[in-house]
Amino acid sequence: MTVMTPLAINIENLGFSYPGQQDMFFSNLNLKIAAGERFGLFGPNGAGKTTLMKLMTGLLAFHEGSIQISGNEIKKQNRSVKKLFGFIPQDFSFYEELSPAENLEFFGAWSGLTKQEIKKRTIELLDMLGLADVRNKQVRKFSSGMKRMVNLAIGVIHRPGILFLDEPTVGVDVQTRFAIINYLKQLNKNGATLIYTSHQLSEAEGLCEKIALIDEGKIIVHDDLDKLLSEYRQEGLEGLFLKLTSKEYRNV
Amino acid sequence: MYKLWATILKDIRVLIRDKVGLILMFGMPIMLVLVVTAIQNSTFELVNKNKIPLLVCNRDTGKIGVDLIQAIDKIGMFKLEQVSSDQSEKFIIERMRTKYALLAIVIPVNFSSRITAKAKKVAGKALSTFGLEGDTGTTKTASVDPLTIYYHPILQESYRHSIQGALYSALQLVESKQVLRTLYFSILEKQLPDTLENEMLNNKFDINEITIAIDGTRSVPNASQHNVPAWTIFAMFFVVISLGGSIVREKLSGSFIRLKSLPTNYYVALLSKQITYLIVTLLQAALIFGIGVWLFPYVGLPPLYFPADISGLFFVSLICGLCAVSYAMCIGVFAQTQEQANGFGAVSIVILAAIGGLMVPSFAMPDSFKTAMKLSPLHWCLEAYYGLFLEGGKLKDVFINIIPIIIITVLLQVLTFLGLKMKKLI
Repeated sequence: MTVMTPLAINIENLGFSYPGQQDMFFSNLNLKIAAGERFGLFGPNGAGKTTLMKLMTGLLAFHEGSIQISGNEIKKQNRSVKKLFGFIPQDFSFYEELSPAENLEFFGAWSGLTKQEIKKRTIELLDMLGLADVRNKQVRKFSSGMKRMVNLAIGVIHRPGILFLDEPTVGVDVQTRFAIINYLKQLNKNGATLIYTSHQLSEAEGLCEKIALIDEGKIIVHDDLDKLLSEYRQEGLEGLFLKLTSKEYRNV
Repeated sequence: MYKLWATILKDIRVLIRDKVGLILMFGMPIMLVLVVTAIQNSTFELVNKNKIPLLVCNRDTGKIGVDLIQAIDKIGMFKLEQVSSDQSEKFIIERMRTKYALLAIVIPVNFSSRITAKAKKVAGKALSTFGLEGDTGTTKTASVDPLTIYYHPILQESYRHSIQGALYSALQLVESKQVLRTLYFSILEKQLPDTLENEMLNNKFDINEITIAIDGTRSVPNASQHNVPAWTIFAMFFVVISLGGSIVREKLSGSFIRLKSLPTNYYVALLSKQITYLIVTLLQAALIFGIGVWLFPYVGLPPLYFPADISGLFFVSLICGLCAVSYAMCIGVFAQTQEQANGFGAVSIVILAAIGGLMVPSFAMPDSFKTAMKLSPLHWCLEAYYGLFLEGGKLKDVFINIIPIIIITVLLQVLTFLGLKMKKLI
């Protein structure tokens, strides 16, 4: 008897076009991501990764089809669905004038946590991410790596079941990248679904067990990484990526 | 509720760490109110307490030239210094260039004889009107050479007009005196007695000056009573630089993307900003009024007197602050860049202040501007404050001015809401 794994994300017949554009950017797009997966979404610049991520997080509104987060339709239950996931954007998405603790206090409240929960989580997270010593210093004085840690801490303060990660390690040194990837794996072990996108394909290889390649608004492949590598006879994700999306330079 | 509290706390923290913003919101208005009040007060003192230096060159050899100088001296506005009658125009101009004197008057040669001739003619006409025999002016009298007045260019037009008015009244007095003397002599063939002359010409009717105030007090408002409320309003509306800029900065920063992905409406962020900046505007008002009351006397400026209705003052400040914050929010929501918010915000406030009567009194504005003036929220704020500070009114007396502020505030809030919807920010 096969046990059905619940879906973290279920996209069905998604149709989306940017305002003022007649052509559909996504048309009849379908994607299922099982709960607890470490999923990577890759594609060349302009392929639609960020747009898809914005649609899944409710930052963009779509016209056709449906997107369900843990079985909840995002269009209908936008506010309650947003409690189910965390989003770590590529840009530093916090207030540089504030300290890590103050940022966590604010974003924790906006994530729906109580004052007590925020206090507890702030201590936990700052300890775990090596920011305890600088908890009360203004973030503007931090290194890029420390800022990435703050960015990450804010995204996970409410213990989301699904974590959207858009280039979470860009611009950091090897040690920080290692620490971030390890922390993400730890979160996944504890049950969080990771939906990750990056141009750092070697890093992605170490993190993602399942991937989808997207190009020109269409999903080209979607399967286990190992299975795809053996099917296309490639040694790494970079080779697979170039094989499926061509080597041609894209001026997007 | 905790979300709102956490957001207010965040906004306050961001605000107090923005040193430039704090200087713009608190330091600049304080400087402005100090400087403007000092300038207006010194202008008042220049006209009313200090005497304007006046060079007098009397080329007339008769008595009437001397009479004119005495009449000018009696006005009390001028510090007279006579220069020799043979001094050239070049000498006078040179003295004025060094700002030794801001004014000079040259009494022409034969001034006395010509004034006398003119008086005889006027008296003759008057006598013939009464049916008495008099000189009806068959003999042609030469027109009197004009008095020449030199002004230093730093004297503003308004001073020039008031100086001209004062000199005309002195000249009028001298001419009237001469006509009276001639008439008296023609009828009685003897000199007009000095006592009668003084009785007739110098015994002015008293003018009783009363300031109309709602509370019945009759104190004359000083420069501080006029300036402090006006520049407090200006400071309140100038939060557009900080608040408008903060909204645009947030919209353009990465944190906005994160905020939109969280289960909280962005309107909470805007509500928090409104509350935070409303507190800022109230602090501005408290600080500037406090400076007016307690610091001004120490720096030689007239003190600001609080109105009798302190709760009314608080309510008016609250409404003005809310209107200022709503204006700044509206700018912040519609501006695409921080430069747009700052540039448009600052310039529009200066324009609204100018047409609102903060810089030029509203009664002195041309009619065409008086309609535009009513559209400026700063005008209604000023009227409400003036009702309390200058007219001694209470809240109920200025309510008529508060209603337009509330209407403008509601309109700005609706516009902001529509902007947020249009831009899909909420």
